[in-house]
Parts: sequence; structure tokens; C-alpha cells
Amino acid sequence: MSDLNKLGLAEARDLLRAGETTSVELTESCLTAIDAAGALNAFVHKTPELALERAKAADTRIQAGDAPSMCGLPIGIKDLFCTKGVPSQAGSAILEGFTPEYESTVSQQLADAGSVMLGKLNMDEFAMGSSNETSVYGNAVSPWRRGNDDAQLTPGGSSGGSASAVSADLCLAATGTDTGGSIRQPAAFTGIVGIKPTYGRCSRWGVVAFASSLDQAGPMTKSVRDAAIMLETMCGHDPKDSTSAELAVPNFEAMLTGDIKGKKIGIPKEYHMDGMPEEIETLWAEGRAMMKAAGAELVDISLPHTKYALPAYYVIAPAEASSNLARYDGVRFGHRANLAAGDGITEMYEKTRAEGFGDEVKRRVMIGTYVLSAGFYDAYYNRARRVRALIKKDFEDVFAAGIDAILTPATPSAAFGLGEMSAEDPVKMYLNDVFTVTVNLAGLPGISVPTGVDHQGLPLGLQLIGRPWEEGDLLNTAYALESAAGFVAKPGNWW
Amino acid sequence: MDLHRFAQSAKRWFQVATGVLLMSIDKDTAARVAKLARIKVEEDALPALAQEFNTILGFIEQLNEVDVDGVEPMTSVTPMRLKRREDVVTDGSQQDKVLANAPDAREGFFAVPKVVE
Repeated sequence: MSDLNKLGLAEARDLLRAGETTSVELTESCLTAIDAAGALNAFVHKTPELALERAKAADTRIQAGDAPSMCGLPIGIKDLFCTKGVPSQAGSAILEGFTPEYESTVSQQLADAGSVMLGKLNMDEFAMGSSNETSVYGNAVSPWRRGNDDAQLTPGGSSGGSASAVSADLCLAATGTDTGGSIRQPAAFTGIVGIKPTYGRCSRWGVVAFASSLDQAGPMTKSVRDAAIMLETMCGHDPKDSTSAELAVPNFEAMLTGDIKGKKIGIPKEYHMDGMPEEIETLWAEGRAMMKAAGAELVDISLPHTKYALPAYYVIAPAEASSNLARYDGVRFGHRANLAAGDGITEMYEKTRAEGFGDEVKRRVMIGTYVLSAGFYDAYYNRARRVRALIKKDFEDVFAAGIDAILTPATPSAAFGLGEMSAEDPVKMYLNDVFTVTVNLAGLPGISVPTGVDHQGLPLGLQLIGRPWEEGDLLNTAYALESAAGFVAKPGNWW
Repeated sequence: MDLHRFAQSAKRWFQVATGVLLMSIDKDTAARVAKLARIKVEEDALPALAQEFNTILGFIEQLNEVDVDGVEPMTSVTPMRLKRREDVVTDGSQQDKVLANAPDAREGFFAVPKVVE
């Protein structure tokens, strides 16, 4: 069978269980695709030998009748996850050469279920970025192009390598992480599905920390069904993460009925922004029509503190980052600068961090340091945390009023060209996350579903936001949207 | 480009007040922040850094419009009490693994430049 790499998780699982293919065949097909896709720069550490070893073990398991859903399925892992014996750099020079002695809980759960890791995926440095242009590995490139224009486009960020790899069929699915939109924005830019679960659903243990009160892992997949399958394996309580929820994980796939009759879908008026491209407004209107046609009730809602979400995020996330990234000091792991005669430990810290961190990481660490410094802590950090409480309350109020899910655009535009934003001030890049960041601040589950293309043929996505811990219901609503939208566009293979 | 036009108007929407800041960071403050963050910044890079800080802080400044009277700062999105456990050793004896990634480890220790004269 050819083109096995183009399968989704559900289809491949069914073929494996029917004995019509093997994990080794699936894995070899992906490894071939990866080797031919150097131009995308998606996989930055390849693990073909480990992959084939795991594939053989999975085939043995499947033959013995012990086949969890993910068993034998080849996937990519974002470089932010620590993987035992495999370089894990978080896209940063400061972790050059770091090879963890342990495995993150999420990647361990995926491995225990029999999935096959093909390698590590490109990302913005420490997950700080919206275009995968801050990576020490260089840019990840989207497989999508504007018609016949060969300008390279961003796959989004920070999970840009994951988005590029899944969209280009280099793997069946991939892990991502989302602190302000880093799963949902790249998914929307590349025509795939990405879900950030409720804060606390997935263990953060072994995932390099950016902003601990916002970070969540999630799957990036070719369909909503695949997202349900993979999310179930990634979720679950972990004693090693004190914020991990002690809740049972439902069978998400079994909840995909496509029936959303009578569901109340909130349409927040604050997400209509002046100057938003007409195509995004149209896409959103089409999504509303699809929900209505499927039997849902549309309800106009207000989330009054929406406009303050990005500024609150750009206090809270850098503050937490400045604290989390203090560990990169040249002592325990990663890079240490060469020191001059007479340099003491302070020079070692300062030179190591100056050499090891890229510009965006330095910028955010220093902003975080500033907002936490004496005299500004109340004015910036505590105020931002108060505003965050109000943003969360906005959502609680609409859910209390009976709203089941909220429909919004996923991004304010289609993918832009690599380098096109480099002359802009950093705030303009931050606007990419305007529709997604509220969800992290409130700790809610959010999913991006591809529903259309723009006039240049580039994919566009809509976001659905769900009630806390109700990923199953959210996935089902997303499944109905996906079925109605019938998005089938794929990028041509130019690479 | 769409995003560029969008950014222009979004900038108005957000009332980004670049250039008319309530709080303005100068070169010396930028140097102090870099020092606190233990990141070496060359003298000639400080003015540009201060300008970037001002742009970002100008963006953040709009939080002052929000009435936060009586609102508690959020600590955790899901109210939870941290777990307790018995105060006993659960892990350890992994010195080799702990030191395996150190840039400089000697005789079972992390080695650093001389700290005490």
C-alpha cells in the first residue's frame, strides 16, 4: 500500500487492527516522507532507529490482540517535550546538547499506548513566538503556498514544526503545546485540527516550562476524530504535576455523534474587530450558518474584558517565564559560555544567558523581570492577575447562562510570509493570538477546525471554546462543524 | 498584506500609546533590568532595548482602564488546594543521571567559577 503517511490516526488504526498494514510499513512510509521534506525544516531531531524498534514492538502487540487506539501509529513530538535519550532543546541554543535522562508524562503515555515517535519537531524558542521564526533550528516552513507564488509562508507558532509536519503528511499526528494559542493558530494556518484541553487535563511534567499557569499540551491532527483519539491518550492525572486534575478521562471518540441539536452556541460581539479582513468575517458567518443548519441555537453574547486579554497575557506570561527560565544558568544543563580570566559566577550567568537565549526570549524574560520588580509588582503583575480573574468571569457568566460552546475565528488572518513581520514592532506579532489567548487565561478547552480557504488558497480556521472539563462535548461540536465544512484542501507537494 | 492592515487598525482598537507613555523606560532602567535578569547586554544595544520595552509597556498600560476594585488576583484557574503527602524520601540515588548534562561536573558535584574569595 502506498502513501500510508497520508492516513489519519483513525484510518491507520483500523487498517492495523484489520491486519491490512503494519506499524513498520506505516513508519517506513513516514520516514521516507520526512527524508524528502528537508525544505520544510519540520523534524529537527530524527529518531528512525528508535521508531522502527517501537514499530516492531507495536506490531507484536497488535498481533497478540493488545492494541490500544494509538498502538503502532507514527507521530512527531514537539521539541518542548523531554524525551529520554533524545535531544530536547525547546528550540533554544541554551539547551544545546541536552539529552534528558527522563521522559515527559505525556510522551510516556503515548509511548506506553504503543505509538511510534519519529523524531522531534521544530518550534519557536521556548514556545515564544507565533511564526516559528525564533527557533535556533531556523524557520519551519509551511507546505502551503499562495497559489503559484513560491514565497515561503509561516506554519504559525509556536508549534510550527508540528503543524508543518502533520499538514505535509510527514507523520499521522503530532503533539503541540499551547500557552497563548500555540496549538490553535498553527493548526488554523495549515488546515489541520488542534485542541488545547482544559488547564490540568494533560500533565506538564517533563514539558519545558514557559508560563506554568497557562501551558497545556494537546494533539495536532488531520481530523477531529483523530484529535479525540490522541487527546484521550495524552490526558490523565499525574502525581508529578500538582496542577494535574484528578478526573477520569472519558472515551472522547465515543462522544462524536455529530448531533448538536439544541446546543447553544455563543457568538461574542467583542470578536468583531475593526479592520479584520472581510474573508475572516465571511468565514465566521459561514460557520454560524453551519452550526444553525445542524440544529444549534446561536446566541449573541458579550465577553466585555476581551480587549484586555492580550495586555494581561503580556504581563503574566513574561513574569512566569522570567521565573521559569532562571534555571538556565550554565550550571546544571545545556550551554555555558567560555569565560575570560577573572570572570566570576555572575559573569558566567550573564554571558551564558546572553549567548544562549535568542532576542524574543531575552525580551520576554526582561519584561517579566521588570513587571515583577520592586515597585512595579502591584501596578503590573497584580493588576494583570485581577484582570485575568475578570476575563475568566466573563466566560463563567455566559456558561452559567446556558451557553454550551463559543464560536470565534481562530486567527485574525491567513498565514503570512516568513520575514514579512520582522520589520514590525513585537506587539504586532503578538496580535496573532488575539482570539486564542483569552482561552488560556481562563483555562478553558479550545479547538481550531479548518473550515475554508482565502482568496489565495490558504487555509482558514474557526475556533470553538468549551466549558471546563467538557472536551468530549467540545470535540463533538467541532465534529459537527468539520462535517458541515467538508474541508478537503491539501497543499501541493513542491518540497 | 491583510495582517498588516489589520494590525494598523487593531493598534487603534487597542489604543496602543507608543510615544505617549505614562511610564517611560530609559537606558539606565534597561541596564538595571538586564542586570536583574542576569543577561549581558552591550552598552550600545541599550537604547533599542529601552525602546522595545516602551512599546510593550505602552501596550500593557491599557490595563489601567479596567476597574479592578475588590477583585482578587487570580492564582489558579481551577481553585485547588495543593496536595499533601508524607514527608518521606520518594526518589534519589541518581547522582550520575543528575550530573549527566552538566557543562562541568567533577567528583560528583556541579563545578562553577570560584564564588567565595
